[in-house]
Amino acid sequence: MEELLLVKYGEISLKGKNRYQFEAALMDHIRFVVGEYPGARLEKAYGRVYIHSVPGERNVLRRLAKIPGIVAVAPALRVENEIIKIRDVAVEAAKRALEMLDGTSTATFKAESRRSLKSFPLTSPQISHEVGSAVLAAGLGLTVDVHRPSFVINVEVREKGTFVYWHEVRGMGGLPLGSSGRGIVLLSGGIDSPVAAYLAMKRGVALEALHFWSFPITGERARDKVVRIWRVLKDFDPQMRLHIAHFTKIQTAIMESCPEKYRVTVMRRMMMRVSTRLAERVGALAIFTGENLGQVASQTLESMAVIEDTAGVPVLRPLLTYDKRETVEIAERIGTYELSCLPYEDCCTVFVPKHPVTKPRLELVRDAEKALPVDELVEECVRGIETLER
Amino acid sequence: MSEVKRHEDIVYLDNASTTRPDPRVINAVTGVLGHDFGNPSSLHRLGARAERLLDESRERVARVINAESGEIYFTSGGTEANNWAIAGTVASRAKDPHIVSTTVEHPSVISMLDHLHEDGWEISLIGVDEEGRVDPDEIMDAVTPDTALVSIMFVQNEIGTIQECREIGRRIRGLGPKRPWFHVDAVQGFARLPIDVKDWGVDLMSMSAHKIHGIKGAGALYIRKGVRLGPLVFGGGQESGLRSGTENMPGIVGFGTACEVWSEDREEVMTRLASFRKRLVDGVRSVFPDAVLHGPEDEGVAPHICHFSFPGLRGESILHALEARDVYVSTGSACSSHKTRPSPVIMALTGNEDEALSAIRFSMSRDTSEEDIDRTVKALDESLRELSAWRRK
Repeated sequence: MEELLLVKYGEISLKGKNRYQFEAALMDHIRFVVGEYPGARLEKAYGRVYIHSVPGERNVLRRLAKIPGIVAVAPALRVENEIIKIRDVAVEAAKRALEMLDGTSTATFKAESRRSLKSFPLTSPQISHEVGSAVLAAGLGLTVDVHRPSFVINVEVREKGTFVYWHEVRGMGGLPLGSSGRGIVLLSGGIDSPVAAYLAMKRGVALEALHFWSFPITGERARDKVVRIWRVLKDFDPQMRLHIAHFTKIQTAIMESCPEKYRVTVMRRMMMRVSTRLAERVGALAIFTGENLGQVASQTLESMAVIEDTAGVPVLRPLLTYDKRETVEIAERIGTYELSCLPYEDCCTVFVPKHPVTKPRLELVRDAEKALPVDELVEECVRGIETLER
Repeated sequence: MSEVKRHEDIVYLDNASTTRPDPRVINAVTGVLGHDFGNPSSLHRLGARAERLLDESRERVARVINAESGEIYFTSGGTEANNWAIAGTVASRAKDPHIVSTTVEHPSVISMLDHLHEDGWEISLIGVDEEGRVDPDEIMDAVTPDTALVSIMFVQNEIGTIQECREIGRRIRGLGPKRPWFHVDAVQGFARLPIDVKDWGVDLMSMSAHKIHGIKGAGALYIRKGVRLGPLVFGGGQESGLRSGTENMPGIVGFGTACEVWSEDREEVMTRLASFRKRLVDGVRSVFPDAVLHGPEDEGVAPHICHFSFPGLRGESILHALEARDVYVSTGSACSSHKTRPSPVIMALTGNEDEALSAIRFSMSRDTSEEDIDRTVKALDESLRELSAWRRK
């Protein structure tokens, strides 16, 4: 009998020719997460990755569950494909499940089996029956409940042996990082943008975060807040970098030379120009934002069209159709909500005019920008970008 | 991220938030940490030594306010002292369920009173005039035979207004034997302005060490002999059974030392700060004529606090622009999620949200120099120019 961690991955197995590339990306990510355990070793099988020599502790499972592409993680036991041994291991699995249940006296279980090794002499129902009767005979005080069991003993008979597990942690699903290319996410410090980042990562986009910082309009704490949010997002992508663009000079120029009602539109157009330059530099194919339809005055389809006009790559908005409540639910789940609610002045509260235009017209906005030395400002801002790796 | 420079190279004008420990205080604190580390309750020599240091510190604090040393009870700071003064009164005088205070008190008083109000106590909060001063007549009019406590702040922490505590205390004393207790939150004025608890008729007074170049985590409540205040912290019976918990010896000895430091040259320092304040007020007005000074012009205000609004701008932006020039100040306003909430004190004073959101508090102390003031005015001038495009009309 051998202890290991069983990782289930989902959609990748459906992806035809690119499958091997996706699997390699997933293996790389898993290797990165478990790299600190000496002797950690990965073994790939169809739809599964087995991790050897890494303890099945809760914090390890939780970290693995945050890897995009992973459907579930479970501590598992492996034995040779012999029914006598499988029965013994099933009893061991039942004991461990009972430990987790804190000695509930009325615990129930059921057995579920899958047989992908068709040469194994017993069918799946027969395996379940063998396992069930072994556990019942072990004198653990367990009874069978096929509808609402306290735990399920899963048995998978495969070419590389039989795997038994009794408890699994659900993963985030989606696709392995990098399988959908690279993107930039604009991280503001608010509730929405970290959620947009999460959703993009979930679909396999390796992200570079970009924050526009407005010192002295906002302080070090506003910046620290974004850094803290970024560190939470790094759980999903340990390699994600944070770029900080010093934006005050551009904003000041806008305040000085653009009509007040176009301020926000022009500011976002400038952000797109800077983002596009960064995208070119890091090889990103799209810009992700936390924008949402109709939430504030500038987030109308008209506004989005005018803003996108200055972007050299597609601007993607994973939250476009989300209600605030739905976004908040995800933010709470991924652990960014509390950080986003920290009370530091954000530049928008100072910058936004009392009556921003909600349906800007492109020609008028372009006119409003005429007095702005756009290229010079963008160039200087891009040159001043600071990049944090950790 | 930019590093904070050595203190010699910065201008620190946020002394109402906290002060830099005096070198003599650091020395005394280090001595306690490294050598005299005993527990004053221990029977051996080290304990006896600690107890002597504790008594000596108590005397030093008492001397500052003309109290007896047995009337000083050490706490974890000003907030605990304020909480204790109120909660202790509630425990002892539940038959008189009424408290009189003002609208410009520190949150450690106001939130305590809010809490009591929910519990059914009657709370009368008296408003202030446009300079932040409360009228003693209005206080006395609010006092009823059911009033257990009158709680007044000595120096207002945001704008520096000095309340007429002596006048109020004496009039309360005139009410005879069944009168309310008089609590003074003296955190911002203690050791820097003269205080005489006997002359003023004070029953309870809160003090804090780190506002006077002591260290954080130490403070005291003066409880007049004869006032039977209930305890807030229960345990091993330290501080005559009224405030249990092993004494914070480094903090307390530092506190006593800081009191000594001030007693040597208090008047000289405060005269100097009064002239600096005038210099600062003139300087601010010269670089920003629209600036609004809150609190009294010069009489009746603590010389170390100076509070301005810069209408049309955000206090926080000015603060950060100043910090980029190594000048450290405060906005004096609290923030709540995403929206900056205007300071309730300035709102109580002026009702003007723009003024409340554009406020900057400059607060000086004994280590402030004239050069600091001039550097501040210059940095302010530069900052306001940098931010001029951001000014709302």
